[in-house]
Amino acid sequence: MKVKTLLAVLVLTLGAVVAIGAEVVTITYWQYEFASKVQMIDRLIAEFEAENPGIKVRHETFPYAVFAEKVATSLPAGVGPHIVNLYYGWLPAWQRAGYLQALPEDAFPTEAIEAEFAPLVQAAKMEGRYWGLPTAVRTLALFYNVDLFEAYGITAPPETWDELIRIAQALTDYRAGRFVRAGFGMAPDGQDHHLVREILIRQFGGVPYAADNRAVTYNTPEGVAALKFYTDLHLVHRIGEPDFPFPGVAGYYRDGFMAGMIGMIVDGSFAIGAITRGAQARWAVAELPRLTPDGERHNFASFWMHGITPLARGAELDAAVKFLQFITSERAMEQWVAWVGELPARLSLMDNPELVADPILGPFVAALPYSHATFFVDEAAQRTVMIDAVLRVIRGGMDPAESLRRAALEEQAILDRFWGSR
Amino acid sequence: MGTLRPRGRRIQLTLRQRRTLWAYAFLAIPLFFFLAIRIWPMLQAFQLSVTRWHVDPAQRVFVGLHHFRQMWGDARFLQALRNTALYAAIGVPAQVFLGLGIALLLNNIRRARGLFRAIYFAPYVTPAVAVAWAWSYMLSPHLGVINSILWLVGIPPQPFLTSPAQALPTVAAVVVWQFVGFHVVIFLVALNSIPREIYEAARVDGASGWSLFRRITFPLLNPSLVLAVVMATASPSIGILQLFTQVMNLRMYDPGGPLGSTSTVVLYMYQVAFRRFDFGYAAAIIVVLFAIILAVSLIQLRVLRRRFEY
Repeated sequence: MKVKTLLAVLVLTLGAVVAIGAEVVTITYWQYEFASKVQMIDRLIAEFEAENPGIKVRHETFPYAVFAEKVATSLPAGVGPHIVNLYYGWLPAWQRAGYLQALPEDAFPTEAIEAEFAPLVQAAKMEGRYWGLPTAVRTLALFYNVDLFEAYGITAPPETWDELIRIAQALTDYRAGRFVRAGFGMAPDGQDHHLVREILIRQFGGVPYAADNRAVTYNTPEGVAALKFYTDLHLVHRIGEPDFPFPGVAGYYRDGFMAGMIGMIVDGSFAIGAITRGAQARWAVAELPRLTPDGERHNFASFWMHGITPLARGAELDAAVKFLQFITSERAMEQWVAWVGELPARLSLMDNPELVADPILGPFVAALPYSHATFFVDEAAQRTVMIDAVLRVIRGGMDPAESLRRAALEEQAILDRFWGSR
Repeated sequence: MGTLRPRGRRIQLTLRQRRTLWAYAFLAIPLFFFLAIRIWPMLQAFQLSVTRWHVDPAQRVFVGLHHFRQMWGDARFLQALRNTALYAAIGVPAQVFLGLGIALLLNNIRRARGLFRAIYFAPYVTPAVAVAWAWSYMLSPHLGVINSILWLVGIPPQPFLTSPAQALPTVAAVVVWQFVGFHVVIFLVALNSIPREIYEAARVDGASGWSLFRRITFPLLNPSLVLAVVMATASPSIGILQLFTQVMNLRMYDPGGPLGSTSTVVLYMYQVAFRRFDFGYAAAIIVVLFAIILAVSLIQLRVLRRRFEY
């Protein structure tokens, strides 16, 4: 009797231990609220869980405005995501403060990443390691109002910047010091600080940063010419003005374009959804203009990456790695581009003929080979430097050369502070 | 050892003592929350300000006064500090005196006083984000209604929020517009609490108009005036020294711009903390602001508070 009881207890205990061992591992994934991305991740989680019965993924989202705050304050308290979605420009700040762990080399060999992903994904590499990977990447293109073009007898989008100015002048309605309609939507605090930094400076023959990202190299005659060209769009050609139509409102230039108050804007592939839903006229997309018909093309690319936080340890880390591998797989990317409209991050999917031929996505895909992802060490501060370089000229009447000189000094100090503290 | 003997005597408390004890017992609960939610985090901020931030507490490094030295070489911080002082110089007197003026006018009317009070108070209870958006549209240099009105009276279009020179006064005006209703209500209550007999006695003695205001109303409003000034300067809700939400929302894509001309200390602290994840430096900034607010409030109390006996 006693032996039997003992045996029963033993069996029960063993059973419990086995049950605990086979217990489901739950990991948490965080991203900001963006309807199509949230739906996409929900679908990918369902697929992933079906294939990995031992793993459950909890998906939590927050409004964009408070997303970084939530991450900043949750992780130090030991709660929050095992996998987190972040803008690639935030990586240096997050990495330095310990919010991410490097991807395990055995599951994500550096060589494989660099052979399989678009080169711009190297912006996710620091200290020789990768700290996250994207599912999708975004580039810029020119959005133009087809109805407006037709009304003014314009049949094709501009190939060169001079053509853009000419078309924009035709579309512009400027009376008594006020724009009623702007031919071109200027937004240094939208995408245009990228336009100046990575596109115009390069097209004018300059290079924005040294190859090791430690030095600002745009304070040259070419750089000055690029800044002068951009600011002249307002000061000389009067085809648009920063903050038109409604200063302060997020996405004002995009709103103006959708409302027909702006003829053309430079915007990212991420804007396709909003413009599809909101535009009141027919619109189309073209590759960004260049200086001359056979001039160099350049573009700015960016991405949101999935990183693993230090909360993931042991079984949770293994599960997080598996999930990250899944959402950065070809399979996930194929669904992503179809549902979210962002471009796949893997080279193998980029020359997909369907994508290249797509009238909306095509120009963005075409830009991938000549795109640059700025290596930001302090994205917010560096962004402000370039916005201010433009506004000092347009609002303060400063000479572009002096404004760029100040910008280079200020940005170099930001780079020095970052690299000096490492 | 002797045998244990139960104590027969209980501590005798008077009714008054017992009541006091109960009062302290009840006070202990809010006091605990105050300590845990206000004081403790504040002390932590002091500690954070001398630390280089890291998620893992074990890896936070003590850096002494490094962040405080960094501040004096940080042009963006110094600009935010100057702006904050300017906001206070414009915003505090404007809020308080407009509030007092409107309250005096409303106090003199009988009809529809409640309606006017509601109209002036409405902006105060409107979400700051909605206020910012509405003003953003109205202040558009190109399509905004304000420039259209100016045009009608022959004034050329103004750049408002897009001009480094005009942006700060424009934001200050929006903030004053939003907060003035709070002061109107405070002053109306205060005006109503001044006993009529004092005015009647003064009138009998031959006082009228301005001298009634100067000798009776204004002195008796002193406690409310002090409250209004300190609140307008320092409080988390309407204190100009803690200005953040309006500035942030009046320029969503370039907070604090153009050219940093509308930036404030709290906005800059927010950017350092949540964009740069540099909580040590952000804490140092907030410690400095804390010292400024404390000093300014003490000076205001010292200078403004008067005792009047009638």
